[in-house]
Amino acid sequence: MKVGLFIPCYIDQFYPQVAIATLQLLEKLGVEVAYPLQQTCCGQPMANSGFASLAKGCDALFTRNFSGYDYIVSPSGSCVLHVKEHLYAAGNEAAATHIRNNIFELSEFLTDVLQVTELEARFPHKVGFHISCHGQRGLHLAQMSELVAEDFSKPGYLLRLVKDIELVELNRKDECCGFGGTFCVSEEAVSVKMGQDRVADHQLNGAEYITGGDVSCLMHLEGILRRKNSPVKVIHMAEILNSSYE
Amino acid sequence: MSNRNTTTPDHAAASAKFLLDQERANWHDQALWFIRQKRDVTARQIPDWEQLRNAASQIKQNVLANLDDYLIQFEKKALENGIKVHWAADGAEHNRIVLDIIQKHGVQKLVKSKSMLTEECHLNDFLTSNGIDVVDTDLGERIVQLAKEPPSHIVLPSIHKRKEEVGEIFHQHLGTEKGASDPAYLTESARQHLREKFLTADLAITGVNFAIAETGGLVVCTNEGNADMGVHLAKVHIACMGIEKIIPKAEHLGVFLRLLARSATGQPITTYSSHFHKPRAGQEMHLVLVDNGRSTQLGRPHFYNSLKCIRCGACINTCPVYRRSGGHSYHNTIAGPIGAILAPNADMRKNADLPFASTLCGSCTNVCPVKIDIHNQLYQWRQVLVQEGHVPKSKAQGMKVMANVLSNPRLYRVAGKSGRLMMRMMPGLANNKALNPWAKQREMPQPPKESFRDWYLKNRSEK
Ligand code: SF4
Repeated sequence: MKVGLFIPCYIDQFYPQVAIATLQLLEKLGVEVAYPLQQTCCGQPMANSGFASLAKGCDALFTRNFSGYDYIVSPSGSCVLHVKEHLYAAGNEAAATHIRNNIFELSEFLTDVLQVTELEARFPHKVGFHISCHGQRGLHLAQMSELVAEDFSKPGYLLRLVKDIELVELNRKDECCGFGGTFCVSEEAVSVKMGQDRVADHQLNGAEYITGGDVSCLMHLEGILRRKNSPVKVIHMAEILNSSYE
Repeated sequence: MSNRNTTTPDHAAASAKFLLDQERANWHDQALWFIRQKRDVTARQIPDWEQLRNAASQIKQNVLANLDDYLIQFEKKALENGIKVHWAADGAEHNRIVLDIIQKHGVQKLVKSKSMLTEECHLNDFLTSNGIDVVDTDLGERIVQLAKEPPSHIVLPSIHKRKEEVGEIFHQHLGTEKGASDPAYLTESARQHLREKFLTADLAITGVNFAIAETGGLVVCTNEGNADMGVHLAKVHIACMGIEKIIPKAEHLGVFLRLLARSATGQPITTYSSHFHKPRAGQEMHLVLVDNGRSTQLGRPHFYNSLKCIRCGACINTCPVYRRSGGHSYHNTIAGPIGAILAPNADMRKNADLPFASTLCGSCTNVCPVKIDIHNQLYQWRQVLVQEGHVPKSKAQGMKVMANVLSNPRLYRVAGKSGRLMMRMMPGLANNKALNPWAKQREMPQPPKESFRDWYLKNRSEK
């Protein structure tokens, strides 16, 4: 099994530790992982702003970089969802279709493809999990509070394999954090208010860390926490799942 | 490209203003979240809830695919029942038809039960300017009417008003005690006031929740019984409906009545579901069928699905943006997610900001009882608005630059490196609140010394 590691642009630039943790975790689980060196961005920032027509270059590049892998794995649910729903490459449509069907967010890759049942990780802290909307409602990584159906959570299952972790319950388990791509600047006031409320829910329930599967949400929440000089820290799920390997 | 110089000034600016009063904003958010939770509880009492949503969606799908046939069938039956049927192409025609009926009967006073369609057509203003006294009889609607404001929510028209404010409005208009804010006292005062209006009105206007093609009858749902009261006391009944309100058969009603109240307020059923099939003896009954842009929307492949809407308001209650920005920030009769996909159909230029007033979280799509893919339509509207030139030039240019950089690996790496370097060396600039909306109330991410790619080249590729 050959896995192509897709590291979204803002993780590459601002949160390399998340990418490193993802790579190390997959390697430890015996996966053959390669990082295509010419990758940049999935094109989501343009597409979600209404400029899908400008994302063609990114689509073509993405398709070139990632064709030839059995699976594509990424620690960012939002970008994975974008690729799954919107990647089209004129002239290379077979490859693009293969990618759309075989791209996985990290936690679903671990549960659905690798089917891990144990991890060597240990993280002795109180942790609140922020599920990203795109991961949850887009990729169905967990049951959604609006739907009448059985409860499940792929990231929750993985985090429970970590030793000594204490997961805190939130009052609003899947409320959006307000990041929303360009929404975070074009609708600054609402975005910040949503983020503040999200942070408050974690604090109220005693979280020392806020974790999640999407760095974009975490970056937004981190910005709010740091502005408030809060002792609460953000950490990507991959870093927790990889925590004993350092 | 249009002359609009920003994409989102209206909703974004209005929300920022709404959020200045944090206490009110928190209360607004919590009140609506409370209703959303009630909805979850009652939805879970029906094990087949998701199948019921499917059924409702498919019934509406059938209606939209055969709308012309159902409308003709409905009209025929309604006429046979003795209802006078009118057709209006737009809001203005609707208003003229209603005024005509009123004038023919020499009516001066009329009562109206809540109807978002008449709001959409701005009927109240039109009638008032023609010397007719309209009284909204839904309590929430009456409150905003007295305050000279539009409703801020389709089910809870005055949800943005706190009880102290209602007390003040009632004190000014109904003569209640100054400073009174006890809901029971205020409601009782409103009841007395409205009773007098019901008794003296000669004509009643109602909306329509469901119109049954098979029988030519219609159903109006209210919690206060005010549609009943109005219609039963008045000599003339005018019912106004959008052409999409049709359902094929009476047997389909059960599906929608089970979904509507649960989705709207978390009640198992609305308190009053009033069925009107023909005028009672001595009464005249009119029905106005209004298009007002609906057939245009029906012709938009990506968006026609939005016409399935039964106006329950569930998408509005769940929307995290609506809860924190208030209904008036949407500057449209119908606020929230559903308003944001209906409004651009009516006027793309004026409403170009609304599809962007969302994080695309998708919660609206999940609660919608008729399964409208609201968040996908928001995404699609963004594409259309860009193509039609309704976003600012500066944004379009910025996007072009960004697309260029991101589709070129070498450019991307140079830009990334200099970007990180800039942020490290001049955090003051990146944190400049005037230039960078991110940094107004948030810290910027702390740039690392090297990108992941640099790390990878050092730690993996060379091995
Ligand atoms: S779009 Fe759906 S959830 Fe929203 S008001 Fe209409 S029927 Fe209700």
